Amino acid sequence: MKRALFQLVAAGLTALLAAAAGAQQPVRIGIVTFLSGPAAGPFGVPARNAAEIMAESINAGRVPAPYATKGLGGAPIELVIIDEAGGPQKQVAELRNLAQRVDLVIGYISSGDCLAVAPVAEELKKFTVLFDCGTPRIFEDASYKYVFRTGPHATMDNVSTALYVLERRPNVRSIAGINQNYAWGQDSWTDFEAAMKALKPGIEIKTSQMTKLFAGQFGAEISTLLSSGADVIHSSFWGGDLEGLVLQGAPRGLFDKHVIVLSAGEPAINRLGTKIPDGTIIGARGPFGPFAPDTEFNRWFRGVFQERFGVPPNYASYKMTNAILGVKAAYEKAQKAGAASPNQEQIIAAFENLIFEGVGGTVKMSLGKGHQAVMDVAVGTAKTVGGEFRIVDIKRYPADQVNPPEGVKSEAWIRSGMKSK
Amino acid sequence: MTDLAVVVFDGVVYSSWLFMMAAGLTLIYGVMRILNIAHGSLYALGAYVGASLVGAWLAAGYPPVGSYALLLAAALLVGLVAGPLLERGLLRLMYGRDEVVLLLVTYAVFLILEDVIKLAWGVESLVVAEPYALPGNFHIGTLAYPVYNLILIGAAVVIGLAVAWGLYRTRQGKLLLAVIHDREIAAAMGINVGRVYLFTFTIGAALAAAGGALTAPAIAVSPGIGVEVIVLSFAVVVIGGLGSLGGAALGALAVGIVRSAMVRYWPEGELFSVYLVMALVLIARPKGLFAAPEARKI
Repeated sequence: MKRALFQLVAAGLTALLAAAAGAQQPVRIGIVTFLSGPAAGPFGVPARNAAEIMAESINAGRVPAPYATKGLGGAPIELVIIDEAGGPQKQVAELRNLAQRVDLVIGYISSGDCLAVAPVAEELKKFTVLFDCGTPRIFEDASYKYVFRTGPHATMDNVSTALYVLERRPNVRSIAGINQNYAWGQDSWTDFEAAMKALKPGIEIKTSQMTKLFAGQFGAEISTLLSSGADVIHSSFWGGDLEGLVLQGAPRGLFDKHVIVLSAGEPAINRLGTKIPDGTIIGARGPFGPFAPDTEFNRWFRGVFQERFGVPPNYASYKMTNAILGVKAAYEKAQKAGAASPNQEQIIAAFENLIFEGVGGTVKMSLGKGHQAVMDVAVGTAKTVGGEFRIVDIKRYPADQVNPPEGVKSEAWIRSGMKSK
Repeated sequence: MTDLAVVVFDGVVYSSWLFMMAAGLTLIYGVMRILNIAHGSLYALGAYVGASLVGAWLAAGYPPVGSYALLLAAALLVGLVAGPLLERGLLRLMYGRDEVVLLLVTYAVFLILEDVIKLAWGVESLVVAEPYALPGNFHIGTLAYPVYNLILIGAAVVIGLAVAWGLYRTRQGKLLLAVIHDREIAAAMGINVGRVYLFTFTIGAALAAAGGALTAPAIAVSPGIGVEVIVLSFAVVVIGGLGSLGGAALGALAVGIVRSAMVRYWPEGELFSVYLVMALVLIARPKGLFAAPEARKI
């Protein structure tokens, strides 16, 4: 009896040990995204939702090809999610803590946060993937080994909208802008203005309104824009400011008397819908949301997201998903190169210059010495048809047409006439 | 001429919005000597409750015209619930402490209320634009303006006159002025200072909530809307002189019109227009436009 019991226990232990040897250690991914504050609604929470649903789907092996393997090459993903609110100084401190708890970090929506954390990630030697922030300066002003960005930078948003406007309105004579008075708004307007000047020499700039971030009230600005007589008005507003501009501008005829370009307008679609006037030109910072091509992968992603959260994924959700897919692709590429459980250096080596299939299209890590992604971009026009909001007249621009070549700074490239390689 | 009219009108609309918040803030400071940072959260609560009530009202298919009454009801609801709750439940325990301590306490309340709002409404914005567009437009020159702007101006004027009347023409107001003048003597004369504090804080909270509720139809009600408001209304109150209702009105008007002129003629300067007015006023009058002279206490 005793002997039989001993054999049973020994067999059980052997089975447990065998299982432990076969199972791979989980990969802990720190996710940093706005969970509070004004950026949480339009970007932070949709990105968090995408991270959660992708981690679950990847761990269960439910993602369509080419990502059908479970986990990262068999290693399950564990997420540690923290709030991006609080400003760059706080995020630097948070990253120092987070870096000790996770294998890699995916995060950051604010350009200010990205600029602050990138050198710290490098100092900590922590593999960090920036997923959303827009400033081109990250890899144009510095060079990193441990930092990557899978989201295209903001230059293409404004170059593509400038191209789109001039293709449809070649007789445009003047432009005006209303943008938020911080890095994002200033850079966006600078790029749009420069692109319009390069594409249409002699174009007149009527006014550039720079509003305080989250000002919310734009009565005087709308009056000035209406009086300006500008043919086209550009805005990179987002969140409550964007919605406020539409709500306050539409009843006053701002959208009837001018062509309005909302370069980051896509996240407002879920909330404003048919309140966005017909004819408004909308960008999605890439081929995301309603601008994404109708592929099986995209249909799967939209379906699972909509089913879980009751709303379609917006561009922040797409960009978070692409960051996770990029890491998975790099991890599995490193495995194929011979490392069963690749270490950080091997994953980084595999990630540099990687080309992988993202949701929305192909992602090429072709700028910033192989650390900065480019993608095609799409721009479209708002139109309400039968009481339903739609994006029509969608035009895709190849990545090479709307991004500077490797080694050339965006601003200089735009001013020199935006020549492709 | 039209340009000038546009600048003045845009400025007055902005001033009305500023004044609704600044009036409550300066009233609370005048009586209680509390710089109430939580005022921004009460504004946000007013906006959220107003937007929710109007949203539910419209979703149920009731006539949109009823939404104006609901916006006012939201202001009263927030004032009557949050005001006494904060004053009786927390601030009362802190009276007699340094003004800085009370400032920190209200800052803590601000942070707590921001999270309460997030718990109750999440991080998605609320949009209820119907009351904004419903009354239609009027024109100044060729520029269209929503009639709702006139409602905002009217509301600010009515609030200003009502508070002034209440302060200077009613018994309760005179008791309140006595407390402003000297709390200890007022208490010695038999005035129930605690009740005056409760009354003042509730009115102040309702004014902040009214500002939020009446602004809600023109904006996306979203997390963080109280932050910008509190900074601006502090500036207005400082310009007018802490505790002065007339000062708050004049300060709001000055800030609104200077800002509007900057936006039109020198947009780069808009960002610091509020602080420009504040700096110029404080150089000439370090305690603000209408600060009451302080009796020297021995």
